[in-house]
Amino acid sequence: MAVLAVAEHRRGDLRDPSFEVLTAGRELADAAGTELHVVVTGGDVDAFAEDLNREGVDAIHTVDYGEEFNAEVAVQAVDQLAADGEFEHVVVPNTVNGLGSAPAIAQRLGRPIATDAIGVDVDEGLIITRELYGGKTEGTIAVDGPAAVVTVRPGEWPAAEGAGDAAIEAADVDIDEGAIGTTVTGFQEVGAGDVDITEAEVLVSVGRGIEEEENIVLIQALAEALDATVSASRPIVDNEWLPKDRQVGQSGKVVTPDVYIAIGISGAVQHVAGMKGSDTIVAINTDPSAPIYDIADFGIEDDLFDVVPALIEEFGGDVPDF
Amino acid sequence: MKVLVTVSEVADVDDEFEIDGLEIDSRYLTYDLNEWDNYAVEEAVQLDEESEEEVEVVTATIGPERTEETIRQALAKGADRAIRVWDDSLADASVLDPITKATILAAVVEEEDPDLVLTGVQTGDYAFGATGVALASQIDYGWGAVVNYLDYEVGDDTAEVHRELEGGVEELAEIRLPAVLTIQTGINEPRYASLRGIRQAQSKPLDAHGLEDLGLSADELPLDLELTDLEVPEVESDVEFFEGGAEEEAAQLADLLRDKGVAS
Repeated sequence: MAVLAVAEHRRGDLRDPSFEVLTAGRELADAAGTELHVVVTGGDVDAFAEDLNREGVDAIHTVDYGEEFNAEVAVQAVDQLAADGEFEHVVVPNTVNGLGSAPAIAQRLGRPIATDAIGVDVDEGLIITRELYGGKTEGTIAVDGPAAVVTVRPGEWPAAEGAGDAAIEAADVDIDEGAIGTTVTGFQEVGAGDVDITEAEVLVSVGRGIEEEENIVLIQALAEALDATVSASRPIVDNEWLPKDRQVGQSGKVVTPDVYIAIGISGAVQHVAGMKGSDTIVAINTDPSAPIYDIADFGIEDDLFDVVPALIEEFGGDVPDF
Repeated sequence: MKVLVTVSEVADVDDEFEIDGLEIDSRYLTYDLNEWDNYAVEEAVQLDEESEEEVEVVTATIGPERTEETIRQALAKGADRAIRVWDDSLADASVLDPITKATILAAVVEEEDPDLVLTGVQTGDYAFGATGVALASQIDYGWGAVVNYLDYEVGDDTAEVHRELEGGVEELAEIRLPAVLTIQTGINEPRYASLRGIRQAQSKPLDAHGLEDLGLSADELPLDLELTDLEVPEVESDVEFFEGGAEEEAAQLADLLRDKGVAS
């Protein structure tokens, strides 16, 4: 028996979560007293296998099929590798491509799936810890049965390091080309505008708490008074109140300014992933339980429509009508 | 052409709340249409509006009778009819896991035989983000996860999509139909229901099914996930709060910012 971790890559590089999933997978393998195997599908699998051969990995299965990570190829590969019951738990990064493949892996293998784990353990079966209700609560979930599929949240486990002595071999799997319904035709960078928020030293970042598009001027006025740059959380960009190149977070930009002022931003994990490296984080939010306060250095638990105008005046700026 | 859209009702939790056993005390919950599903409904309705061909938009919901109010929202926005599936035994489950939901939805797909299934990427409460892809696998459709752009000419064999990957990169892909696409927020601008839409929604068909009507039985559902503990996470925060009213707080923050060299 063994635990099987699934690696992913994009445009020629293994992605960071592929090394984190090795650590999570090793933890699970230790808890279950078994080996850790890894599967990598597509791209330069030999080079990838060499890179994935880190401490704690017992075997690496390569599937040389196509250039890019294709969810359907990964599903077919894991399905065939795991069908003989050799693998109890399958561990996948909780990324866009992980969530594009893991549920189908679970379904094909007739196993339960639990996603976005921030902690894993084994008792009778798999036990995971994960957030529920947008991070407001944390739950423990027991997964029934001897084998399961679990996706693990990026950034929660450190990347595996050190040199391993895993057995590397081309997996004996047969990819059915006719069954693959998706063709990846390319990639594009989004939001290549004239402002690069990753270069800004001071970011004034606005979220859902601003309530109305008309109120954005307040944030712009503050940014002007502070000689700062305006950025935003996802809902603001989804509403098209600010362009996509201003979005901070997992699907937007990762920023590391000297000062990050989060205004009306709750601090969902996807947002925090994009700004936690800021030197000083200031949050203005009326909700004392907002997760942004977990990582903020300074906070103002008050109405932004009172605080922001006062702050603009402190710096001699003009407070717009809003 | 027929498009099936999955519609979930989710519980939104107040800022201040209490946990009662393994649940959040219902006094602090507000039920609403899942945000991601709102975008999925809009995408389906736009397909219908932009095509000269007839596109039937059918919604599918797993939920008790209470959810019909939420389902009517989707009908008011332009869906043609709705299906609701429920069994009282499901209320006893602490977690409706993705494989169980996919199993139920697969039975709906079997009845309806849609060309395209749109689901939200995830629900706002449990956020497993897995039901759509599990469903695709179960019904043997192609799939695309986290779609934030869809270009589809009704009648074509393939849809052109963009998938929102991490780090401001989109994957461009062609997906063969029939397919399940999980829809990301921001793909469109969901409409507000018009008064006329709300009125019309009252008379649109909303069929409630039990599991048996779909050839399923509660005993055979996987229901493999069980919530065993629920708590408010320990905060490791060392945030320093400024206090004393907006003026005073702004003054303290201004001092801090000047200290950091902002606007100097």
